[in-house]
Amino acid sequence: MSSESEKKMVEKKPEDSKPTTAKATEKPAAKPAAKKPVPAKTPPKEEPELPAFEKGIGDKIIEKFGDQTAVSFVKPDRVGIKVNRESIHDVAEFARDVLNYDHVDSVAGVDYPVDKEIEVVYHLSSYTDPTLSRQILELATRAQREDEPIPGNDATKLPSLRDVFYSVEFHEREVFEMLGVYFEGHPDNRRLLLPEDWADLPPLRKDFRNKGR
Amino acid sequence: MSTPTLPPGLAIQKADERIMTLNVGPQHPGSGHMRIIVQIDGDYIVACDPDPGYVHRGEEKMAEYRNYVLNIPHLERPVIHDSCNILYPYVLGAEELLGLEITERAKYVRVIASELNRCVYTMYWLAIYGIFLGHSTMFMWPAGDRELLIDLLEKMTGARVTHSYFIPGGIRNDLPANFEDVCLRQVNYFEKRIKEYADVFYDNPILLSRTEKTGILTRENAIRLGTTGSVLRASGVDYDVRKKEPYDVYDELDFQTNVMKSGDSYARSRIPWLDMMESCRIIRDALQKMPKSGSVRVKLKPNPKGAIGSVYKRIESGRGALGCYIVSDKKAEPYRVKLSVPSFRNLIALPHLLIGEKLGNMPSVYWSLNYWPVEADR
Repeated sequence: MSSESEKKMVEKKPEDSKPTTAKATEKPAAKPAAKKPVPAKTPPKEEPELPAFEKGIGDKIIEKFGDQTAVSFVKPDRVGIKVNRESIHDVAEFARDVLNYDHVDSVAGVDYPVDKEIEVVYHLSSYTDPTLSRQILELATRAQREDEPIPGNDATKLPSLRDVFYSVEFHEREVFEMLGVYFEGHPDNRRLLLPEDWADLPPLRKDFRNKGR
Repeated sequence: MSTPTLPPGLAIQKADERIMTLNVGPQHPGSGHMRIIVQIDGDYIVACDPDPGYVHRGEEKMAEYRNYVLNIPHLERPVIHDSCNILYPYVLGAEELLGLEITERAKYVRVIASELNRCVYTMYWLAIYGIFLGHSTMFMWPAGDRELLIDLLEKMTGARVTHSYFIPGGIRNDLPANFEDVCLRQVNYFEKRIKEYADVFYDNPILLSRTEKTGILTRENAIRLGTTGSVLRASGVDYDVRKKEPYDVYDELDFQTNVMKSGDSYARSRIPWLDMMESCRIIRDALQKMPKSGSVRVKLKPNPKGAIGSVYKRIESGRGALGCYIVSDKKAEPYRVKLSVPSFRNLIALPHLLIGEKLGNMPSVYWSLNYWPVEADR
């Protein structure tokens, strides 16, 4: 009976796959003029020509933060930035306020026992900025790794991004329990998935071996 | 016992006389395999703390011990009802690392399988949503109608639920003979059936009174909390990975995204249903545009080794954007696999929606999040 009024609420967005694909091809033509001077500075690998729009994002961050950051890769729709742990908070704020990234897709922790470091990778993405809808900005930062971890009470610490991106809340809780990286400034550093009485190593560290493997 | 080492936030809270703490789950069927700790003042929820983890299986750890192909059967376990879609980003990522280029026909078959699977998942979710609102017809109908599509997937993959169909390099086996006609017939009938749900469920005044204006998520909060999928689109944000970052052949297919502005439980429950009709459209279009013959699988070397580097791929699953981050160090096994699952991302919205609601509205709000506990726990 009320189906007429209900139908009105549903807004069918018109077909627009063309504009998004067109945008991606348009961009490289528009950007290079402004971004030309910088390229020589930090080219990771110069084999094929890098996508200009993505390169522009990386260059903006390098320009602002200098040697605190480094571009690790530029691929179509993906930019990877390595950030020192002291400036990760500022870079995240810059990405939110200036570059218009508005949420975090994923936070992954990767253990590198050889380097004695644990990497935490934030994948930022944007709902509100249509030019960024295909883009993922990857911010990677590294925390010091201890061989005998006491999660929360050792040197494996990073500043939390919870006050910049609210969406990292549960992701950072997961990284804390799975890798033992304590996020300073996180309001709620409890266990999330593991049982409360888990007393072994954080399970995603490489020295925690699955039984029988 | 060892109170000094308790991490902050784990201390026991003292509640006053008015507040009662309720544990909903993990055994209670109304919560799925998780616990929701709610504090209620009379009838109203004043605090809510979701506690997932009861079905954590360590999928990400297991993936570090198996090679790129052996990872497939266990990585689909978190959502067996949507098993094609949860494998999709992993397979796309593995293909980039292994340097594989897949054939046009395989891309179309993948899209068809993925859309059929999306409908199968959504029907399962709809059945649960119906029964927890006390609408047993809405449990029986979707549970019966999804058999139509399960039969199709069985014909394609050989398994009713755990398909393990997508592999790096294409799909496991080609479609059976005469599949196009059977698929078209079943999908057309399926679409006719789901349109009838409007009369019994979506236009039902009892459903409207229970779900409209409950658990409202504003557009700003939906973006800030990083929600995804139907939750995000019910709050007025037009974001669908199939449109915004088309993978495989989605840029050649004809479909729309559904967006509603109200952001309440009703919008969140209606969007997946509308999406199913778009899925039917995609399947019909794909069947028409698909190359009628050709290879569907690239031959893999035994124990293929990934290139050094990392890759992040995402797709739109039945619940929202599903991402997969793979780090490879030139071994046969991935160095790290991280699944960023939509259920886990949407969970953060639950406390925001429940606080201030009546306890009686909890099932309608909680299940409208399209939340799958097993997927969130991985």
